[in-house]
Amino acid sequence: MTESRWVRIGLRIASVGVLAFLYLPLVILTIYAFNPSRLPVWPPTGVTLHWFGQAWENAAIRDALGNSLLAALGATSIALVLGTAAALAIQRHAFFGRDTVSFLFVLPIALPGVVTGIALRTTYQTVGLDLGLTTIIIGHATFCVVIAYNNVIARLRRLPRSPEEASADLGADSWTTFRRITLPGMGTALVSGGLLAFALSFDEIIVTLFTAGPGTRTIPIWIFTNIQRPAELPVVNVVAFLLLVVSIIPVYLAQRIAGDATAVR
Amino acid sequence: MTSTDVTGVPPSPPTGRGRSVAAWLHSRPRAQLGSLLAGPLGWMLLVYIGSLVILLINAFWDTDSLGRVQPWAWSLDAFERLITNDVYRTIALRTVGVAFAVTLTDIVLAFPIAYYMARVASPRVRRAMVVAVVMPLWAGYLVKVYAWRTILQGNGLADWVLAPFGIDGPGITSLSNAWLVLSYLWLPYMILPIYAGLERIPNSLLEASADLGAKTASTFRRVILPLSLPAVVAGSIFTFSLTLGDYITPDLVSDAKFIGNVIYDNSSLGNLPLAAAYSMLPIVIMVAYLLVARRLGAFESL
Repeated sequence: MTESRWVRIGLRIASVGVLAFLYLPLVILTIYAFNPSRLPVWPPTGVTLHWFGQAWENAAIRDALGNSLLAALGATSIALVLGTAAALAIQRHAFFGRDTVSFLFVLPIALPGVVTGIALRTTYQTVGLDLGLTTIIIGHATFCVVIAYNNVIARLRRLPRSPEEASADLGADSWTTFRRITLPGMGTALVSGGLLAFALSFDEIIVTLFTAGPGTRTIPIWIFTNIQRPAELPVVNVVAFLLLVVSIIPVYLAQRIAGDATAVR
Repeated sequence: MTSTDVTGVPPSPPTGRGRSVAAWLHSRPRAQLGSLLAGPLGWMLLVYIGSLVILLINAFWDTDSLGRVQPWAWSLDAFERLITNDVYRTIALRTVGVAFAVTLTDIVLAFPIAYYMARVASPRVRRAMVVAVVMPLWAGYLVKVYAWRTILQGNGLADWVLAPFGIDGPGITSLSNAWLVLSYLWLPYMILPIYAGLERIPNSLLEASADLGAKTASTFRRVILPLSLPAVVAGSIFTFSLTLGDYITPDLVSDAKFIGNVIYDNSSLGNLPLAAAYSMLPIVIMVAYLLVARRLGAFESL
């Protein structure tokens, strides 16, 4: 079937329109970050780097950034270990209740975040755990496990079993086979799963607002609090713009990994 | 297991305790499975399922006149308040309504671009477009909601564009803002599965349809649409669930309360049993949605 010329033109216009819609807010945000005006009034009044200096000197932002990085690092580490173990168990073994177990790992991402948030908060209060960085990490790890699990299991399905069997035949024990055959095979899946988990944790606010104590702020919580303070908006613009710039890094890395993977195949 | 008998080359002798544990596990697949599953399964059951159970129990606890939770004092008060009070029904209907509207909007916006990517664009353009669709997903959620807030609020871009036509901007109070911004946020989650679904349709089917005399329009309606349905449903799981559980976006771009706002507002200062009881609603809705989605074959398209 070939689409007629007019259908193609129509589709092209619709595609360009959708892409413009996707990028419009990001462009506006970038322009506002350099706006000298204190108020987000359109059109901007000029170009300045003044607010970047203000953001740099802001101790609360640095504190929030530290918390966000620690939380993302902690959650990603836990998620990679648990997600990989779960993927190996489910992909390499047959056992009773396997479907139920695999459904269980997907559940935290299928149910709305607000449910996860309030469930965790209620539990922390019930068992008497003080809200802080630890409670944030536990919450983030719970939904990041899915990301690591999905990435690793997709890779395991494509990895041929014969090198592992050969390794075992040549006398390697399970641990050696895992370390020298399976783990290198999963390498890029672990990196891309880890990247995705890290980004998800770094960006999370729906669950985090429930699990963070009043003293612990992450970057999203800092933005959320300061959006409601008109005096802080120019600095919020800068922080939002910088996050936008930083988000290009994982896209670039993910593309590199995908490119390498296709080159190997 | 020893392998000297096979190759004649002695394997490096096991050293250390780790080695001997590994050797012990190797001959016992069940123990291996157990050690692999213990961590993740324990975490999920203890942290996640355990929390959901504690939440469920809290929904049945009583509160005293000051609104403090009375543990172990069983009561159906929270559920009764939710059912008898019109406000909660309105909020539930509003949230589900917006979730459907967002899903429908995203299907309409996603289909043409996904179709273009999968069946019209050259491989090079296609790759670039996939990156272009994925990129906004990595940009922070709050960053994007905030960007829309600056566009919509008084004296923002929306006001400036509409002013020459004598129309007032939308401001940051109307419910339609929540619909617009949520549709924007989840759009890539709809484009990507539909694109993948359309790309999987073999060309031979479309050629067969054309050979049998079908025009482009009827091939689209009778071959492409039915075959892409599972992908559309898969995408709708994201758009629907993410809208259902959101409370930040409605708060930042509109005055409308969603289910999540009631849950959040009641979780710390207000009535915890009420919040717990109300959160059963999105759980039930999502489980029903997932069951329907599975019947429509959406899980193979995830």
